[in-house]
Amino acid sequence: METIVWAEQTTYINHKHTVASWLLTYDHKRIGILYLLVVTTAFFLGGLFATLIRLELATPAGDLLSADVYNRLFTMHGVTMVFFVLVPAVPAVLGNFVMPLMIGAKDVAFPRLNLLSWYIFTIGFIFTLVSMVVGGVDTGWTFYTPYSTQGSESNVLITGIGVFITGFSSILTGVNFMVTIHRMRAPGLTWFRLPLFIWALYATSLVMVLGTPVIAITLLMLVLERGLHLGIFDPRLGGDPVLFQHLFWFYSHPAVYIMILPPMGVISEVIACFSRKNVFGYSFVAFSSLAIAVFGFLVWAHHLFVAGISPYSALIFSFLSFAVAIPSAVKTFNWTATLYEGAIWWKTPMFFVFGFLGLFLIGGLTGLFLASLGLDVHLTDTYFVVAHFHYIMVGGAIMGYFAGLHYWWPKMTGRMYNDTLGKFAALLIFVGFNLTFGPQFILGYLGMPRRYHVYPAEFQVLNVLSSAGASILAVGYVLPALYFLYSLKFGELAGANPWKATGLEWTTQSPPLPENFRTTPVVTEGAYGYSKREMKVA
Amino acid sequence: MFSGFSLFPEQASSLAPEIDNLYLGVITITAFFAIIVVVCVTYFAIKYRDHTGDKVGAPITGSVPLELGWSLIPFFISIGIFVWASVVFFHIVRAPDQTLDIYSTGKRWMWRFQHIDGQTEINELHVPVGRAVRVVFTSEDVLHDLFIPAFRVKADAVPGRYSAIWFEPTKVGEYHLFCAEYCGTRHSGMIGTVYVMEQADYQAWLGGGGATAGGSLAQRGEALFTQLACVTCHLPDGSGRGPSLGGLYGSQVTLDSGAVVTADESYLRESILMSQAKTVKGYERLMPTFQGLINEDGVAALIEYIKSMQAAGSRVASAQ
Amino acid sequence: MPDGTIAAHDEHHGQHHPALQHHFQDLDQQHEASTLGMWLFLVTEVMFFGGLILAYSLYRIWYPTAWALGSEELNIYLGGFNTIVLIGSSLTMALAVRAAQTGAQRATVGWLLLTMALGLTFLVVKFFEYREKFETGHVPGPYFRFEGPESPHVQIFFSLYFALTGVHALHMIIGVGLMTVITVMAYRKRFSPEWHTPVELGGLYWHFVDIVWIFLFPLLYLVDRSHHIV
Repeated sequence: METIVWAEQTTYINHKHTVASWLLTYDHKRIGILYLLVVTTAFFLGGLFATLIRLELATPAGDLLSADVYNRLFTMHGVTMVFFVLVPAVPAVLGNFVMPLMIGAKDVAFPRLNLLSWYIFTIGFIFTLVSMVVGGVDTGWTFYTPYSTQGSESNVLITGIGVFITGFSSILTGVNFMVTIHRMRAPGLTWFRLPLFIWALYATSLVMVLGTPVIAITLLMLVLERGLHLGIFDPRLGGDPVLFQHLFWFYSHPAVYIMILPPMGVISEVIACFSRKNVFGYSFVAFSSLAIAVFGFLVWAHHLFVAGISPYSALIFSFLSFAVAIPSAVKTFNWTATLYEGAIWWKTPMFFVFGFLGLFLIGGLTGLFLASLGLDVHLTDTYFVVAHFHYIMVGGAIMGYFAGLHYWWPKMTGRMYNDTLGKFAALLIFVGFNLTFGPQFILGYLGMPRRYHVYPAEFQVLNVLSSAGASILAVGYVLPALYFLYSLKFGELAGANPWKATGLEWTTQSPPLPENFRTTPVVTEGAYGYSKREMKVA
Repeated sequence: MFSGFSLFPEQASSLAPEIDNLYLGVITITAFFAIIVVVCVTYFAIKYRDHTGDKVGAPITGSVPLELGWSLIPFFISIGIFVWASVVFFHIVRAPDQTLDIYSTGKRWMWRFQHIDGQTEINELHVPVGRAVRVVFTSEDVLHDLFIPAFRVKADAVPGRYSAIWFEPTKVGEYHLFCAEYCGTRHSGMIGTVYVMEQADYQAWLGGGGATAGGSLAQRGEALFTQLACVTCHLPDGSGRGPSLGGLYGSQVTLDSGAVVTADESYLRESILMSQAKTVKGYERLMPTFQGLINEDGVAALIEYIKSMQAAGSRVASAQ
Repeated sequence: MPDGTIAAHDEHHGQHHPALQHHFQDLDQQHEASTLGMWLFLVTEVMFFGGLILAYSLYRIWYPTAWALGSEELNIYLGGFNTIVLIGSSLTMALAVRAAQTGAQRATVGWLLLTMALGLTFLVVKFFEYREKFETGHVPGPYFRFEGPESPHVQIFFSLYFALTGVHALHMIIGVGLMTVITVMAYRKRFSPEWHTPVELGGLYWHFVDIVWIFLFPLLYLVDRSHHIV
């Protein structure tokens, strides 16, 4: 029972009040909140762009926006969502906040570096904002050469530099997380007693550390070529524009695993808690995370199947792309089996898990269509691909992020939000999402290409369905912002463990102390010990 | 022809049915697994619901046989799909030996098609039904992509090299042609129409208003060959500073590095525009580059002319 | 049971080393964490340079003649001199670490200063090399001039030359900056045999930048030089 009134507790929020104490903090929890602010801003900005895109696409003609503006909108939508929402959301917001608590540590290994990561991230975001204000970029978030180096007249340099800077935030966070997990676990917390969210963060950090530098150097080459006229990708000099694609996707494919692995980790945490049961096949799920991280580096050229690579090379990458799907399938089956003979508590975080399972399933399976060479020739560069990656990124990653937000919100703020509204939001998002992106699979097979500002009239019906779905989706996303904000002032006090969950983060007060724990916890058994214990409120 | 709502584009090429069958096959397999998972999740969520939040779940931690099962079975099914899809893929990328060749260039924001007989089309492509057609194309500026949904073919147009697609139209009609690689402001305006005609109508079209006064591609190539003084080095008997070009197209060429390459369109294009990249064994690296002196149409014309050159002496015909 | 019922005795908050950061339990853990962190960062640097070296390697295979021609234009004496300078600076760096380990404070400062001097020497030589390239018109872009049919490919060579050596020089400049900070710390007697982690980690970074140059020198300066030096 919560006997301490929140206002009298010392928490990481109230122990210092000044703006400087937030902007110069070394506390991983405050840094997580700082990330939350920027990521949320980016999310709504990217969402605004998406709204304009779907509004334009409701009619075949280019009647709302000019082609130029439209092209800049879809580019900025991609850049904002990929680099400033999907990559940082779970690791930098939830990971930063929860991870040290989960392993019984006082902070991450390098708290000052952590703050620097946030500053780098925010400066990169500001660069991108500046670029938008002066007119934006129109190359697509993929920056393909030679259009980005020679053809485009938009602000490629500013945006390229902005994304380059942001990459270092990822690199430093990855290093920080890996060292923390290696060196700062509480006594008794062996690797196989770790919660699966930690395994997921570790695998993600591996990818961040190995992959991000490659996009950094690729963008640097792009910036040098465009700004200083170095000619590395210039076909007029004998350079190879397709080389850019190889280098770009060498990072950007593993990047999608940066985006999905942490949300998968969240799913493991939430599904265990709300089934009151151990995750089925713990070590298989843990190793699947590592397998995804490793295999994810071997499949990049499946983005280049029609770009001019040799058919034999395409065969190899196709095979590997099937292989990388297997660990994700294993995880999905394990999560399903976790529900079997569980005690399923229908709370909001669990609703987002259900949503994730359905949408990630479709997203992952449609990936197999694209891995199939005989189909990819027809499907690539069409709306089928757009649908596929939105199902994974939004239906998977963002649902996972929302599951985590709704799960750890009480821990982060000490407040409960309205559960009914939460479940309603989850349902709205699920329905709106399917309506938005389901029709796009059909559009893709029919042949509607991506990045089209105007389209043939016979594609309109499906586009209208998609735009209608987007309006529902938008409401679903705005709703949490409202009830979360409301909860900060008026929400019921959460107490240390409102979900009756296992996990070290739930053994301490909500919101936590600045130093996390009064005494360092000692761990004597594995994670998810639900079945073994009597249920009691912590 | 374009109105109406449908779930599939028309099947207008010889390969479209097998690609659609692959699509339906993969849909069936993936839907099967998807339905199993969705049914299980829904059923478990309802059946094992606990309204209080106070109960605990069963102490189940895992099952190695299950893990192996649901790892290996999907893996083998994946291999099956991979093999099936790869076979289809090789049908898509391997053109038949005899094709009607058409050259094309994409540039912002239009497609130009060059028929061998000399006609030029812009954003329109007339082809005969029932004959294998190959389009050899490149870009003059940035990346583009030639996509004809009804034929299920697509390939990027990369500046500096040739790409190719092939198809055999099976149905007379008009079909969309799209650029499918983002290329700037009017990317979505870089579209056109493919007109598949009966053989007789196609012949009529060739001979009629579609023909140009410049002659066939090969004839224009011959004129360029003279104009650019290629014959100065490329003597027909091979005694000049450059190799003879008769019978060259389609043959195997040994380079001074020892490597052996096939003299296809890409090789000929590279030899003209980036002559220093490869040197034929037994000859010196002397050929000047013609980059900037010929445009893509000229390159295509020269290639067609070279294709028409017969080997010296009594040896018959090149690969056409 | 992970609810803290078996409480651990916390670390004595009495005496601890001034360099110990509070989220660590002891200096050992802090040192291990810092070292692991630096090694991981160096792995990211390998990937960073790796992308450029990949591009270089591909083009070298495609355009070997242009690569030889371009490489010939580089001053092998200056490049060789710089290689010796950097190797020497790694030696002085290692000696600085050794001095810090044994608590020889003045020697630490001395060796660090020498390391910085050698690093600056490298950068000065690089400046002269770049200037020569500007004057001979080998800087890629609208003012590039090179005789012969390989000129476009040679321009790619020089693009990669400037990208590789430029990024390397940037890392050198950052290294000299780091060394400045570490030298000031050493001068102010912050280091001891118990704790001299910044010197060690600075050393790791410096050695890495040196090793990158050991790769760049033969890749850029020694293409096809077996039969002619000048």
